[in-house]
This record gives sequence, structure tokens and C-alpha cells, in this order.
Amino acid sequence: MKFAVIVFPGSNCDVDMYHAIKDELGEEVEYVWHDADTLDSYDGILLPGGFSYGDYLRTGAIARFSRVMQEVIKAADAGKPILGVCNGFQILLEAGLLPGAMRRNESLSFICKPVELKVENNTTMFTNSYEEGQTITIPVAHGEGNYYCDQETLANLKAKKQIVFTYKQNPNGSLENIAGIINENGNVLGMMPHPERAVDALLGSADGLKLFQSIVKTWRESHVVKA
Amino acid sequence: MYKVKVYVILRESVLDPQGQAVTHSLNSLNYREVTDVRIGKYMELTIEKSEREINEVVDEICHKLLANPVIEDYRYEIEECVVQ
Repeated sequence: MKFAVIVFPGSNCDVDMYHAIKDELGEEVEYVWHDADTLDSYDGILLPGGFSYGDYLRTGAIARFSRVMQEVIKAADAGKPILGVCNGFQILLEAGLLPGAMRRNESLSFICKPVELKVENNTTMFTNSYEEGQTITIPVAHGEGNYYCDQETLANLKAKKQIVFTYKQNPNGSLENIAGIINENGNVLGMMPHPERAVDALLGSADGLKLFQSIVKTWRESHVVKA
Repeated sequence: MYKVKVYVILRESVLDPQGQAVTHSLNSLNYREVTDVRIGKYMELTIEKSEREINEVVDEICHKLLANPVIEDYRYEIEECVVQ
């Protein structure tokens, strides 16, 4: 399976993401610059964290109009797995690939610490290696992770089991403790915590690795190995 | 040529953590009559005349980029100015 890590000016978790895929997961991965005009050769798309375009205007608001995003939307429509972490999640929200928006953290502080998450839905292509209801520890690092959507959208998210991860203890004021949501088709996941920073027990936690393993497992099941 | 002033502010229904912090700060400075502060953005755009209706252009710009309709409202004022 071949992954693309999209790099915007101001991305800063791209190297961690690349490392997680290449060294810990053992799959192919390449960096793709924000002005790329095709993603056809990739099986999975990863939008890393950081401060794309300096977070000017709103987080993710400018990155959302970069050339590669048209290709990300195309890949999403084609059913490829798309994972947006932190700023990547914010970009997916701005692009309308996921519903809702981010507000400043309730405390107004930048929060950087490991947090406990609950796996609310383990039937997605991103979470099928976890147990349902499992508690995992993954770090967050953000100033704007206070998820918001209107009541109608929230009811929809609940009805369709699109809330994938919740915080056990809400760090940022996020609505209903939401830490990560998936689109209706089940192939676009956005989450504030950084699974790519939790892929080695030596560095605190390896709980994020199963997320990437789930993606690969699902992909292999639907792609017959060519002889 | 137009000068356009755009104001973007969080919707009434959306909690504004920055505004709340400033409200508390003002209250602790003894301005107890201040009951609410909401913080927004103010932008000035210079736009050349084109064949398109200026209101239509500004609405489109606000909706697409300057404001996030999920959490923010916007309003604007258009001033026509003479190019020297």
C-alpha cells in the first residue's frame, strides 16, 4: 500500500507521519507538495498536523484552496482512505469533506499532552484493529480543537455512528467530547489527537499504530495481491 | 474602484471563548456593566470595478473564504472611490 503525506507550507508533523508509515508500519510513503496536480498513484492520503499558511484567517482556511485539495476531494470521492490529523482535520472541515468547524480551545491555551480516548466506533476502516469502547492514549497538540457543529449535524453524526473517537476527559471544550469524526461514506477520518506520535512504546505509547494497521488491513482485504 | 469593509464575527449560537475571557477581564477591572464581549475580524478590501455586480462578488468572497458559514456571520460596507 502506498501513502501520500501532503505537505503544505507550515506543515510540521509531516516527518512524524512519514516515519510512522515507513519505519513503524513498513509501507511505502512519499511526501507530496501542496501544488501537486495528481494523487492517482497513491492508495491512501494523509494530511498531517502543523500550521499551514500560518493559520492565517482561520485554521485550514487557505490550505483548503491549494491545488492538491482538488485531488484530495477526488480521492475521497473515489473511496480512498483519507486521514486528517490536527491541522489536517481542520483542513478537511474547511474543505467540507467533514461537517462542522473548530473554535479556539475553551481555555484559550495551546494544549500539548497525552490524552485518553475512547474508541466509539471500531467498525471503520481506520479503527477495526481496536476493540469497541477501548481506551487508548494518544497525544494532542493544538490551540483550536474545540469542535463545533449545529444540533442537526450532531444528531446525524450520532445516528450514523460517525463519531469515532471521544475524549475521556475533555481537554478543549469540544462538543460531546468529540476528538475524531468520519464522513458518511466511511473513508475520510479527521481527528485532533496525533496517532503518528504514538507508534512506539519507547516514546510513550504505541496505541496509534493500530489505526494505520487498520487502514492497511482493510486495503489488503479489498485488493487482490497481483502475482 | 471600491473600498470594502468586511466584518466577520462568530454566530450568536457559538460560544466565543476569547470574548468570554475579555468580559471577565473587564468585569475584574470593575466595569461590571459589561455583560458580553464578542470578538471578530475586520478586513479592508480594495476591489477594482468589473462587469460583475460588486455585492455579488463580495458575498461570494465572504462565503468562500473570509468567513466560515458554519460558525461565523459576516456583514460588509461598500464605498465607491475615485481613482486619482
